[in-house]
Amino acid sequence: MTWTIVVLAVLALVLWSFYVSWRASRLDRLHNRVEAARTSLDLALVRRASAASELASSGQLDPATSLLLADAVHRARGASGAERDLAESDLTRALRATIGDPEARKELAADDGTAELVAEVEDAAQRVFIARKFYNDLAGRTVYARRRPLVKVLRLYGGAQEPAFFDMDDAIDESVE
Amino acid sequence: MPVRIGIVCPYSWDVPGGVQQHIRDLAETLVELGHEVSVIAPADEDRPLPPYVVPAGKAMPVPYNGSVARLAFGPLSTHRVRRWLRDGNFDVLHVHEPAVPSLSLLACWVASGPIVATVHTAMRKSRVLLATQPVLRSALEKIDGRIAVSEAARSTFVEHLGGDAVLIPNGVATRHYLRGDPLDGWPGEGGTVGFLGRMDEPRKGLAVLLQAFELLAPERPGLRLLIAGRGDIDEQRGKLPAALRDRAVFLGEVSEEDKVRVLHSVDVFCSPNTGGESFGIVTAEAMAAGVPIVASDIPAFRDVLRGGLAGELFTTGDAAALAAAAGRLLDDPARRAELSVAALDAVSDYDWGTVARNVLSVYETVILGRTTTTTVGIAH
Repeated sequence: MTWTIVVLAVLALVLWSFYVSWRASRLDRLHNRVEAARTSLDLALVRRASAASELASSGQLDPATSLLLADAVHRARGASGAERDLAESDLTRALRATIGDPEARKELAADDGTAELVAEVEDAAQRVFIARKFYNDLAGRTVYARRRPLVKVLRLYGGAQEPAFFDMDDAIDESVE
Repeated sequence: MPVRIGIVCPYSWDVPGGVQQHIRDLAETLVELGHEVSVIAPADEDRPLPPYVVPAGKAMPVPYNGSVARLAFGPLSTHRVRRWLRDGNFDVLHVHEPAVPSLSLLACWVASGPIVATVHTAMRKSRVLLATQPVLRSALEKIDGRIAVSEAARSTFVEHLGGDAVLIPNGVATRHYLRGDPLDGWPGEGGTVGFLGRMDEPRKGLAVLLQAFELLAPERPGLRLLIAGRGDIDEQRGKLPAALRDRAVFLGEVSEEDKVRVLHSVDVFCSPNTGGESFGIVTAEAMAAGVPIVASDIPAFRDVLRGGLAGELFTTGDAAALAAAAGRLLDDPARRAELSVAALDAVSDYDWGTVARNVLSVYETVILGRTTTTTVGIAH
């Protein structure tokens, strides 16, 4: 009788520990994915900055616009930590001021070389938009998973940092505003 | 011979600011001197503008240099500047703050011919400017005559663009201050000492004046203080002994018109600054109102007061010395009248008329240096 209880208890314990380790590895995978998403977001931001920088130094814009854009790129590249999202949002606003206006856009599209640079900036901006959506979605799911009671009590996340949401203004098109 | 002058303002005309004020005073003085002036500035077309201002469309708020600035740029602004240059047929083009990404930079880029540039604020050398240097250089290289309003602004030219600039300090619109109606009931029988400036900024020295008032008040029962400027009134009033509190009147921040009236409501104006002034515009404005001045002995005030000939100087930060100097003046109407005349004479060096003449000689130098093109045109 007691043996049956012992065997059942051991079995339950074994099953439970399997379950826990499965939960832990799922959480671990989530953390890995969020990290990967963050890397692609960073890459997308870097790409956007260099596309903007190329447009700024193309010599096809008026010098005032060039200087504005170059300043925003420089700040976005130099920012870290909490300033990062602010600086990236500022770059978005500078880009919106440069190419968001339909009138200005028409003017820029007149020259083939410039049109290409503008298209590159737009493409890079679109990728930032997508990468940020994915990253924030994963970050949200990870945060939720970390707050589950079992995970919290057993600290299944180990040393992994809780991901932070990346908030920024990333709408280049004026109509989206 | 009248000169046709085109002036470019980089900042919104509708927004108050130092550069806009400078351009307004300069333009009006040049017109008074008989020259033709046209100013192009970002401005709301629906708002009434002075006859000499041509609107370049609305300025856009954009992040620049760590804050949000209202600037005009892009193809539309470029078109407007080009049209203005073509219609104006100017003898000389005068751009302000050419390193700010706005109309002035655009005008440099688009124009050919004699160009004069004035720098108002100091800018540190940045990587940004280096990154866009080819674009910027082609615009800024065209500047023939450079003016800086201060030593700090001059260093911007030296650092960013190489070369040097003429120093022509800001002017004081002295005629605005010459006449004014005293506020009702001022200066009163017992005499009034006045102060204008930020109350909560220690360097403006209000604390020194309040201490001096404590020393002066017992012997002069009618003496009052008239104080105007931003800051917490209760906090400042609290620094005085209870018995003296109703003899110090705090107006808080006042409008430009009321400022003139305040200056005409006092017997003695006090500038107790303990440092940090490069020129002392408020002191110069008080001088332009013909008020006898008591000022601390800092280099800026020593300069503008001609080493004490145009106003009393007292040991900086010394309340007893201030009380003694102010007391002497309050007791001696003849000396006050003498200082009033001396102050009006001294401040005329800083009058816009004088400043505008200096700017005109820069224009003339630049125009004379050109032998081929006579007027400002469009490049390429």
